[in-house]
Amino acid sequence: MTLSFLILAIMTVAGGVAAMTMRHLVHCALALVVSFAGLAALYLNLGAEFAGLAQLLVYVGAIAILIVFAILLTRGGESEPEGVFSPGGIAGAVLAVAVFAVLAAAVMRSSLSHTAVAGAAPATTMRDIGFALMQRYVLPLEVIALLLTAAMIGAVILAVRETRSGATKNPEIRA
Amino acid sequence: MTPLAGCLLVSALLFSVGLAGALTRRSAILVLAGIELMLNAANLNFIAFWRFGPHPESLTGLMFVIFSIAVAAAEAAVGLALILAIYRHARTSDVSEITEMRG
Repeated sequence: MTLSFLILAIMTVAGGVAAMTMRHLVHCALALVVSFAGLAALYLNLGAEFAGLAQLLVYVGAIAILIVFAILLTRGGESEPEGVFSPGGIAGAVLAVAVFAVLAAAVMRSSLSHTAVAGAAPATTMRDIGFALMQRYVLPLEVIALLLTAAMIGAVILAVRETRSGATKNPEIRA
Repeated sequence: MTPLAGCLLVSALLFSVGLAGALTRRSAILVLAGIELMLNAANLNFIAFWRFGPHPESLTGLMFVIFSIAVAAAEAAVGLALILAIYRHARTSDVSEITEMRG
């Protein structure tokens, strides 16, 4: 385990913790960006350049902006008077700690964590990924394309402002 | 501790943080952010197993992460649109106050 991995891991987890505990929602979104960027750097550190750059583009570029827009459009920038945690919050936190304990115990006790050796980073070029996407994984690629189109149309239909049926006869709109 | 175990522990920690956020926060947007963190933790696992697994040249883990990122993008778009629609209807994005879908 290298120093760079440790630094990036601490940055990622600290960003996640800050995103889930801060009061102001916009600060939470910024901490989330730190966490996503740390994850992208972790992918790069592990030798997955394409996944790291895709993470950077999609999460830091698109989803973070989407979350900030949603926060501002729902007036989430104002502080919540009743506190940021829901009434059953303690039970949820206890459950999350229990899940972490189970996962960590499973990782530490498995034989994988003692026997796996760190070889050289696999020599994966963009060319290999392109060939894999266009040959072996071409059907999933098409399905993803269809899913993204459907999700885009669905998001527009959901988010578009509801208008009464008479509103379309507004002369300003027809003009 | 091997690098694989380190990655898996970081991923478990990130998953738990996301789960805690999704279960405890009031704001529906942060519940969605917690779910995104959990998805990212799973992606980190895929990358770690691809990198330290026996057959990295088959690209399986890497491809799974790429498709997972695409699905997460679609999920975030639809989820945030749903939150916007609910906010317009109920004038709140507090998950403990949104108790009915019609009304």
